[in-house]
Amino acid sequence: MSQLLPTEPPAAEAPVGASPAAGRTHRYVPWRSSAENQPIGTLFALPYLAFVAVVFAFPLGFAVWISLHDYFFAAPGASVDRPWVGLDNYKTALQDPAVRSAFGHVLVFLVINVPLTVVLSLVLAASLNAAIPFRTAFRTSFYLPYVTASIAIVGVWLFLFSEDGIVNKVLGPLAPDPSWLTNSHLAMPSIALFVTWKQLGFFILLYLAALQNVPKDLYEAAAVDGASKLRMFRSITIPSVRPATTLVVVLSTITGGNLFTEPYLLTGGGGPNGSSTSPVLLMYQRGIEQSKPDVAAAIGVLLVLLVMLIAGVQRLVLERK
Amino acid sequence: MIVGALQEKRDSSLLGALPHPGNLTLHNFSVVNGRIHLVRSLLNSVVFTGAVLVCTMVFGVLAGYALAQLKFPGRGLAFGLVLLVQVVPFQLLMIPLYVMIVRGYGLADNYLGIILPYTINSTAVFVFRQYFLQLPRELFDAARIDGAGEWRVLRTVAVPLVRPALLTAALLTFIGPWNEFLWPFLVTKKAEMQPLAVSLANYISSVAASADNPFGAILAGAVVLAAPAVVLFVLFQRHFVSTELGSGVKG
Repeated sequence: MSQLLPTEPPAAEAPVGASPAAGRTHRYVPWRSSAENQPIGTLFALPYLAFVAVVFAFPLGFAVWISLHDYFFAAPGASVDRPWVGLDNYKTALQDPAVRSAFGHVLVFLVINVPLTVVLSLVLAASLNAAIPFRTAFRTSFYLPYVTASIAIVGVWLFLFSEDGIVNKVLGPLAPDPSWLTNSHLAMPSIALFVTWKQLGFFILLYLAALQNVPKDLYEAAAVDGASKLRMFRSITIPSVRPATTLVVVLSTITGGNLFTEPYLLTGGGGPNGSSTSPVLLMYQRGIEQSKPDVAAAIGVLLVLLVMLIAGVQRLVLERK
Repeated sequence: MIVGALQEKRDSSLLGALPHPGNLTLHNFSVVNGRIHLVRSLLNSVVFTGAVLVCTMVFGVLAGYALAQLKFPGRGLAFGLVLLVQVVPFQLLMIPLYVMIVRGYGLADNYLGIILPYTINSTAVFVFRQYFLQLPRELFDAARIDGAGEWRVLRTVAVPLVRPALLTAALLTFIGPWNEFLWPFLVTKKAEMQPLAVSLANYISSVAASADNPFGAILAGAVVLAAPAVVLFVLFQRHFVSTELGSGVKG
């Protein structure tokens, strides 16, 4: 650091409005006067703030605006009238049976995905946290699906679970008919299982972080009192990681709301007979394929409200205990 | 997955999951290459991911440093935004972004259009801020006494000290655009502009059914798509540790 002294002129990059007064006897010290205010910080943060304004803040408002108007695609630059229609788009969306069943599918997905994610990731994180043999190998095998693209893994799942895939070959006569992804009762649960497995690594990571903050002496005290491992897990681990549990539940709920790639590819666009469509998939179909962005925006707003409502209820329930 | 990619004829028995010397071939790679221009899509993925990485690293470090170590008006508000952005769901942004970028600015099939929504990764900004917060203020004050400007303090003092954060954030950021499907799928319709994830998905949903060994070709493409992320992850696994990520997500 000291080599900076001779080369850097002291006031060269002084913050704006703090230029050294002429005839002052002692050297101008930028850091002292800037301890209160460093406007250059604004400059440093500016690109990020501009990004947030353009890609998040504005589209957020725009989404609501679109959903309240009769919005259609027009040539760029063309000025067209887009009349205010109030809640008409919401009405259209809610009266569409496909939309209603897609919201139902989110619920099916969440009922399977959320509890399974919480239980599996907590148990696996707790066992990874303990000294078990081949810990690194286990860790890697849980994280790999998470870092790998959904598309790549979908290929593997199609290989395993298609009509004549390995799983059905192994099950033989026990294989469901029609097969997993073409069975209208099993398609959505299959997708929920796929996503649970794919995302597990991330949630294990969250729980591992939380487990590291649990004081060790709690376990020692419990061991002195003669508590069993299971008892310790129930009475110490689970309560100690409750904030992490809330986070895992809320985040996996949001993941469920965002579901698109898996139904699109695993079940060929939400089949069979639309039994595995997700709301985001419908937003794509209505908004972009069928050029009704206003209805799609309304579905988006409804979906976010639903996800926020579910997440809010989950938080309340989890934090009250 | 690799075994399936190398199989000449599809063998879906349980034994087929093991490599079988007589049934191994690189043919599937050339099949999938023949239909989706593997190299071109790979290049698109690299451009997309690379641009996101560079922007996130440069602007993310600047913002993270400013949020952690500099006092400026609106700092609290700016940090609030970092947190808020991370909970804004993409479902809400999908339609307006599509309307703006594709219909409004005409950026369909354009690198800029693919990159724009991902330019700066907010989670990375948050990770940087947490790291810069851990550094003692005195360190920076000392450099400032020595006459270094903020820019110089950041470059020569702050950044070298948070090198592990750079790697963590780079890995975190990499996974996003490399694996992203929905947005590039919406923006790119021309095959020569699609990142690998999108062209592979199109292959799965439309072309595969007519191929001799569709799963072989799909899995060959999947291997190419998955390899970079998996290799990076295995190489830098030490840096992908729970505490760092945890502090990044806990909020």
